[in-house]
Amino acid sequence: MTNHHHKNKKTKFNYPQIPKTPTGITGLDEITGGGIPTGRPTLICGGAGCGKTLMSLEFIVRGATEFNEPGVFMAFEEKAAELAMNVTSLGFDLVKLQEEKKLKVDYVHIDRSEIEETGEYDLEGLFIRLGYAIDSIGAKRVVLDTVENLFLGLTNQGILRAELRRLFTWLKEKGVTAIITGERGEGNTFTRQGLEEYVSDCVILLDHRVINQISTRRLRILKYRGSLHGTNEYPFLIDEDGIAVLPVTSLNLEKDVSTERVSSGIPALDKMLDNKGFFKGGSVLVSGSAGTGKTSIAACFANEICKQQKRCLYFAFEESPKQIIRNMKSISVNLQQYIDNDSLLFHASRPTLHGLEQHLVAMYKIIKNFKPDAVIIDPITNLVTIGTVSEVKSMLIRLIDFLQEEQITVMFTALSLNSVVNEQTDEGVSSLVDSWLLVRDIEFNGERNRGMYIMKSRGMRHSNQVREFIITDDGIDLVDVYLGPEGVLIGSAREAQRLQEKTGEVLRGNAVNMKDREIDRKRKMLEAKIANLQSEFESAEDELNKISVEEELIKKVSENNRDALTKLRGGDKASSK
Amino acid sequence: MDSPENKYELRLYVAGKTAKSVTALTNLKKYCEEHLKGQYVIEVIDLLVQPQLAEGDQIFAIPTLVRKVPEPIRKIIGDLSNEEKVLVGLNIRPVN
Repeated sequence: MTNHHHKNKKTKFNYPQIPKTPTGITGLDEITGGGIPTGRPTLICGGAGCGKTLMSLEFIVRGATEFNEPGVFMAFEEKAAELAMNVTSLGFDLVKLQEEKKLKVDYVHIDRSEIEETGEYDLEGLFIRLGYAIDSIGAKRVVLDTVENLFLGLTNQGILRAELRRLFTWLKEKGVTAIITGERGEGNTFTRQGLEEYVSDCVILLDHRVINQISTRRLRILKYRGSLHGTNEYPFLIDEDGIAVLPVTSLNLEKDVSTERVSSGIPALDKMLDNKGFFKGGSVLVSGSAGTGKTSIAACFANEICKQQKRCLYFAFEESPKQIIRNMKSISVNLQQYIDNDSLLFHASRPTLHGLEQHLVAMYKIIKNFKPDAVIIDPITNLVTIGTVSEVKSMLIRLIDFLQEEQITVMFTALSLNSVVNEQTDEGVSSLVDSWLLVRDIEFNGERNRGMYIMKSRGMRHSNQVREFIITDDGIDLVDVYLGPEGVLIGSAREAQRLQEKTGEVLRGNAVNMKDREIDRKRKMLEAKIANLQSEFESAEDELNKISVEEELIKKVSENNRDALTKLRGGDKASSK
Repeated sequence: MDSPENKYELRLYVAGKTAKSVTALTNLKKYCEEHLKGQYVIEVIDLLVQPQLAEGDQIFAIPTLVRKVPEPIRKIIGDLSNEEKVLVGLNIRPVN
């Protein structure tokens, strides 16, 4: 498995790399480009409570459970039972793993009060013990936590130093991948006893600091001989799944982009965005002052995503999910149904709950788990309470980076603290996002209205018009503002203008009616005239008919008379007939 | 185990016949004969032969002398070249 991993890396980077052993710790393998050097000791150092014991133990446990590499954990600080108990909450069952011969915990107890030193000695006993533990389970991984405790129990520093040097050489000869932990020392040294002098291949520094009462854990690769590695400080988190390091700053900008579009859930807004909506995998910022309906826009978007049978993840940093659901019902957006069918997930947390980086790590993990198509963060502004603007910006850059890579559309909402757009740059995110919608209060004519416009929307035709943004019982709508002689009219001014126009229409309608009636009348008059003429014509015709009938009658009678006369004269013509 | 003759049960952990181990054993025998004659037993454990025994007595240095009895357990590491320290470590009062 390990070899396979390296081969992948090799082909990817195309330069020779030293073999690496994946730690299995989320994110750490990405920073180190595949793990820690195989068959060599790595030093993890840091102050008390920085997580070095846990990190090294996770290395062993992941090795045993995920990479089929048994491991030995030699503890100089905690007893095996204590250790097992401490990590049960992380789902690490040390007892079971030991029974299965995948793991061995060896607790080295050093108590100065019961030890006397006299004359020459060496640490061969430790070597034998470790060697025995390694051989008994065929271990590939070894942790020494914290080997410096030897210095607390033994006084002969000369011997200890020589033996430590021998120990590290011996570990290399054994071919095990080892982690040695060390407590951070005073001054410039990374460990109290200068272990970094002995371990020269890979040194990882852990740090736990508290700024503004919020603690953040960070990790930095101090050195990694023969390998590229991330040099930044990376935040890491200890949670119910162990350690998660977030390699959040990606090194390149070579992500796939999609031309697929995602509807915003507000038809009128889609119309403004080239009639199609946002780009899939793009980022959208909705900013505006308080009460301008940012959450409503976000909820509409969430609703639309779920309606299309996709998944949406909603990070609420201000309102509780129940509040949002209740409030959105009032505008006919029923989010509960999507929560019920598992397509919508709310994740609400107080911004002050963790440090900024922990938030990022937490979000990262939830996103990884839920695999949403869209993510909403409402609002990002609240994060500023726990970090500086630049920290928030750097966090968001990394979040956007990550989401773009995963082709997840993201919508942020941001509260503008003042109305001057140019001065506040919405935590500097605005330059990062693909689309920026601005909802503004417009106070005019003794009332407050909402105006919305698109500040930018990369890669698509978009309307440059200010639309009036109205929230109705049926949802959100955008209405064209009235462009009157005195400028843009909104709210009741627009309504008044509309009414005025309506009045005009009624008047005009009236006029049209009058004309219609006149035409009607004229037609009726004409029709009457036509009827008159018709009857005149009929009487004339009658007259004519009467004359011709009389003539006919006369003709007939005279013919009859002629026949009768002929008969009387006894002619043959009539009898032969 | 609690026989009155063997008041002291001593275990010496070594790893092969190294100079230090040999010195330690020689020194130990000498001190025991001097101060604990007839009331001790010495068990030498070679960890190269029985590595599994290292964990039980919490051995990390070689050579290590462990006083199993009387309790509490005491450990003396090194070649036992300093007699006074060994005696103090074993809680044995020198005869003279």
